[in-house]
Amino acid sequence: MNLGNLLKVAIKALKRNKMRSFLTMLGIIIGVASVITMLAIGQGSKKSIEDQISSMGSNMLFVMPGTMRMGGVQQGSSASQRLTVSDADAIRAECHAVIAVSPEVRSSGQAVYGNSNWPTTIYGANEQYLEIRSWEVVSGRNMTDSEARGSAKICLVGRTVADELFGEGIDPTGETVRFRSIPFKIIGVLKEKGQNSFGQDQDDVIIAPYTTVQKRILAQTYIQSIQMSARSAGESALAQQQVEEVLRRTHRLREDEDNDFSIRSQEELATTMTSVTEILTILLGAIAGISLLVGGIGIMNIMYVSVTERTREIGLRMSIGGRSVDILLQFLIESIMLSVFGGLIGIVLGFGASSVVEALTSWPISVMWGSVFLSFAVCTLIGVFFGWYPARRASDLDPIDALRFE
Amino acid sequence: MKTIIDIKSLKKDYHIGEVTVHALRGVDLAISQGEFVAIMGASGSGKSTMLNIIGCLDRPTDGNYLLDGVNVAGMSKNERAAIRNLKIGFVFQSYNLLSRTSALENVELPLMYNPAIGARERRERAMAALEAVGLTDRMDHMPNQLSGGQQQRVAIARSLVNDPVVILADEATGNLDTRTSYEIMSLFQELNARGKTIVFVTHEPDIARCMTRSVVFRDGHIIREEEVRSRLDAAKMLRAIPVEEE
Repeated sequence: MNLGNLLKVAIKALKRNKMRSFLTMLGIIIGVASVITMLAIGQGSKKSIEDQISSMGSNMLFVMPGTMRMGGVQQGSSASQRLTVSDADAIRAECHAVIAVSPEVRSSGQAVYGNSNWPTTIYGANEQYLEIRSWEVVSGRNMTDSEARGSAKICLVGRTVADELFGEGIDPTGETVRFRSIPFKIIGVLKEKGQNSFGQDQDDVIIAPYTTVQKRILAQTYIQSIQMSARSAGESALAQQQVEEVLRRTHRLREDEDNDFSIRSQEELATTMTSVTEILTILLGAIAGISLLVGGIGIMNIMYVSVTERTREIGLRMSIGGRSVDILLQFLIESIMLSVFGGLIGIVLGFGASSVVEALTSWPISVMWGSVFLSFAVCTLIGVFFGWYPARRASDLDPIDALRFE
Repeated sequence: MKTIIDIKSLKKDYHIGEVTVHALRGVDLAISQGEFVAIMGASGSGKSTMLNIIGCLDRPTDGNYLLDGVNVAGMSKNERAAIRNLKIGFVFQSYNLLSRTSALENVELPLMYNPAIGARERRERAMAALEAVGLTDRMDHMPNQLSGGQQQRVAIARSLVNDPVVILADEATGNLDTRTSYEIMSLFQELNARGKTIVFVTHEPDIARCMTRSVVFRDGHIIREEEVRSRLDAAKMLRAIPVEEE
């Protein structure tokens, strides 16, 4: 029998038992739809985390003081006073792979304007800080180099701070806000960034010259961290190496001494964060894959029933000239059709479910074409694999016995 | 007349566990074109085995079998399938029509397994076969919409559609009442009159009397082989049976 006739015969056989065919397909439909949806959800949450991390800054690197010992007692890294502004200046002067450097000091406290007040964090930084953190100024202007170095009493405020102190949507540029009784003139408002992946409000922030925060608020000479941007994502590793060399020299560390600082890059952070979702994706995908497998076993089961039920038909087909291979192909094509049609419906359903999840979670969910292709290929394989044994059994029947089967 | 079936010293043994059953113990049989042969015998006499071998569904253990001049005794499974497709038409006691499949499609079925025949020719030949059995107006009916006699006519049309050298009927009237049996026999006689060679297994003497020759089996041997004298005309018998009134 040629392929066209075989397909016709298979379609007819499936149509003869519409309900059963549909229920058999349902296993595959659910399996494929869940594989696609689960992988899309995994991919979506990964992408959402990546987006949030890249919103933190561009090719960002940061140096934190390392832990140190004080009389045998291990100190927390924030207690370290090893990083200074001159470290930041040395990095700026010497590291070619670094295009922007800013010292960072921070302090929390109440910001006060008129009779409203709001607990927030003030970040001391220089004029390159906004570039490093991918921050834009929506009204007003950024600070200048001389303001940053000259302890100017100016600041930029995040949207949350502006809303809480001045009222929703009001532009507070030109007003003066007090932080720990120090008056800061607002020279600009930062563009809204939303929450970061830790659930922190990134707009609840005041940025002021690091010199001002060091002298007026914290009364300290060291800085808490150095924030940097590498020239490009590709030069991130090189930048890290250069910074390490410079800091080991400025800190006068001997060959055998460990670093008293640590350098982290945004990429490392991203990798750490997304590795969790990757595990999750694999887990979800595996569970969905199991349901696909169960669907395949459903097909095998029904094909066995079908072969038994149609023993006389098989006998007849053999007696009028059907060869074993014709019978084998007939049943194999039936099971492949079940799984392929089921797979197609499952793909459509998977797309639908993914967009529902997207609407509910507002994650940037994207169905991976790889997963569509994969699940479709798996479906076809399932059709062949689970159809093979029942089809083989059908084709091995003896026509005389099959015709006499009751 | 040309010899269609030429069987010489045919033997068939079955092995059931350690017991060997000798179903056929050396049978000679020759059937010429245009004959209408009844094969008779009690169950276990070897007549079904004989029909299976004539129909190339089974291979003999020993002996020669020429079908239409071709030695089929030593053929492989696939070769026998091809021979069945081209040279043999089967009619079964229980019709064996595919359910939920129209009469026309049932008749087309044997031609589906012949790659030389296209869809159009298949349809035309199936329609011609249904016309030959008088079911032109029932082509699109499903088997469950047809009476037993009509279903058997569809099965006969199916056996005709590949223009076989021999039609093998296995108790083709076994499931039918007397009246319908004679209808079917009348159809077979008509086909035979048009030159079809028919081998018909039955155990009803009246049915056998509609044919040209009868061969009786017992214990794997042919014990009697004779021309049918005073042959019955099934159409005449049919007219003699009063139509039952409900």
